[in-house]
Amino acid sequence: MSNQKVDCGRRRLLVATAAVGGVGGLAALVPFVSSLLPSERAKAAGAPVEVDIGKLEPGQMMTIEWRGKPVWIINRTKEMLESLTKVAEAVVDPKSEKNQQPTYCQNDTRSIKPGIMVAVGICTHLGCSPSSKFKKGAEEGMPSEWMGGFLCPCHGSTFDFAGRVFKNKPAPTNLEVPPHVYLTDTRILIGEDKKGA
Amino acid sequence: MAANSTHEKYKSDGSLPGHLLEWVDARFPATALWRDHLSEYYAPKNFNFWYFFGSLALLVLVIQIVTGIFLVMHFKPDASLNANGVPVAFASVEYIMRDVPWGWLIRYLHSTGASAFFIVVYLHMFRGLLYGSYRKPRELIWLFGIGIFLALMAEAFFGYLLPWGQMSFWGAQVIVNLFSAIPLIGPDLSIWIRGDFVVGDATLNRFFSFHVIAVPLVLVGLVAAHVLALHEVGSNNPDGVEIKKHKDTNGIPLDGIPFHPYYTVKDIVGVIVFLMAFSAVLFFAPEGGGYFLEYNNFYPADPLKTPPHIAPVWYFTPYYSILRAVVWNFFGLDAKFWGVVGMGAAVLIFAFLPWLDRSPVKSIRYRGPIFKTLLSIFVVVFLVLGYFGTQPPSKAGEIISQLCSLYYFGFFLTMPWWSRMDKFKPEPDRVTMK
Repeated sequence: MSNQKVDCGRRRLLVATAAVGGVGGLAALVPFVSSLLPSERAKAAGAPVEVDIGKLEPGQMMTIEWRGKPVWIINRTKEMLESLTKVAEAVVDPKSEKNQQPTYCQNDTRSIKPGIMVAVGICTHLGCSPSSKFKKGAEEGMPSEWMGGFLCPCHGSTFDFAGRVFKNKPAPTNLEVPPHVYLTDTRILIGEDKKGA
Repeated sequence: MAANSTHEKYKSDGSLPGHLLEWVDARFPATALWRDHLSEYYAPKNFNFWYFFGSLALLVLVIQIVTGIFLVMHFKPDASLNANGVPVAFASVEYIMRDVPWGWLIRYLHSTGASAFFIVVYLHMFRGLLYGSYRKPRELIWLFGIGIFLALMAEAFFGYLLPWGQMSFWGAQVIVNLFSAIPLIGPDLSIWIRGDFVVGDATLNRFFSFHVIAVPLVLVGLVAAHVLALHEVGSNNPDGVEIKKHKDTNGIPLDGIPFHPYYTVKDIVGVIVFLMAFSAVLFFAPEGGGYFLEYNNFYPADPLKTPPHIAPVWYFTPYYSILRAVVWNFFGLDAKFWGVVGMGAAVLIFAFLPWLDRSPVKSIRYRGPIFKTLLSIFVVVFLVLGYFGTQPPSKAGEIISQLCSLYYFGFFLTMPWWSRMDKFKPEPDRVTMK
């Protein structure tokens, strides 16, 4: 066999057949790989949620579900708002320059109304939901200089009352602010920017 | 192996079973397989305690497969809520525990078996480190072994989601989000893995499929390759010398004894002792003090609330510590990405051992103080990383984990140098019986 001359015509046919077969094999992967993507039903289940915040007292927080994720609404006290300026040096992105909020929330308080904070309660590190550590100082096991905010139980990232991540923590960016709009003074629609859009 | 077997085909001795075996042997290499892998597979005669763990790993694999088959008959991979507002999957595990006859035993066998699997495999790998079992010509055995270790981690991870408790849910959430740390494709990749924008019913169902079909098939295939490669080159031993160098006139290693009956009988002793310890955990402490079954997993999954302290199951904690230890951004990429890289590298670096170790002798018995010291520290470091992985994040834990991670990688990466510098004792020509 080895000293016979290679039949180039047959070799070409062999290569061409293998190539076409290979392409066919790869194409056959498409339906299987695609079947793992979110289904049409999963994609459709993202409707906006309407929330009544009329009973949310200053200093209180409520959690609602939007697209399967926890969304926090915090009625920030004056003291909480003041803490935001005090920690501005210690957070990674004090001016919210990274695209983690709608443009109308790219401000010092990361909110439409300064008092009311709306944020997706999912740590931007690996997706745990941070716990609230609202009390100042060491009372809840935090360092004594703690001004109040959130602690992610999984990897220790900390956030202030505007969901801004502190420096040298595993979470890379501030918490996401979902698109939202005030329908009335006390009713928020989460998941949409404009009324009735 | 069987194809190039040198054995004569079995000839009937005239009895009915003899005729039957001859008939089978003419059509399937039954006798050849038996001889090649058991009755005429010659293993070194000086195996010690550390050589139990390979066969024990096989035993645990069988326990997991058998109990798994029976659990699937009652388990329902369904994240929707039942009439009582409890997720169906979570409720079906409780149903197995309370209402299925002997269901509690089968479930605890499976959950205890998962931890036992990692204990046995970690000890099996440590044996390889002690005696240089990964060295030439056993590199492929080692690489198949690393493949088994990876498949086992995947199997454990997919399986842990199924009871759909708080730890199941948030553990999966964290691990799937690891992939979102990869630049560019990360976020889409993690959506593709979950099949939804959050861990949900789609994720539960595909993890169930991977856990009961895909990964076990790969695992069994890799185990077969691991054993075939081992039987091709022959077993290493505590002296790290090749028994094939000295053969008798029949070509049988002078220091080899047939695996069956010698080691099958010896392994039975190991199996009995193992089953005593296994049963003690199974019947008296099936939750393993909260390490084998975590307390938070007795709460149904709640996507809105992460438990105040989440930690992976104990066997992942050393790697979890390494993940948490990386808190710096490099090259414009987030610390999160590098944490993931560190964790992955910590597992995969074992695969390079055959080429990192440049020592002229294989076994710790003939290696010097440098290896003994560094390996001992490595074991301590591994355990310390494991301990801090179970603990809530703290500043002290972070610094200790960083130092330990540094040592962990340093141990491997500087091995080509220190493994050569040591003071060695001369290897014996033949195995020794200590």
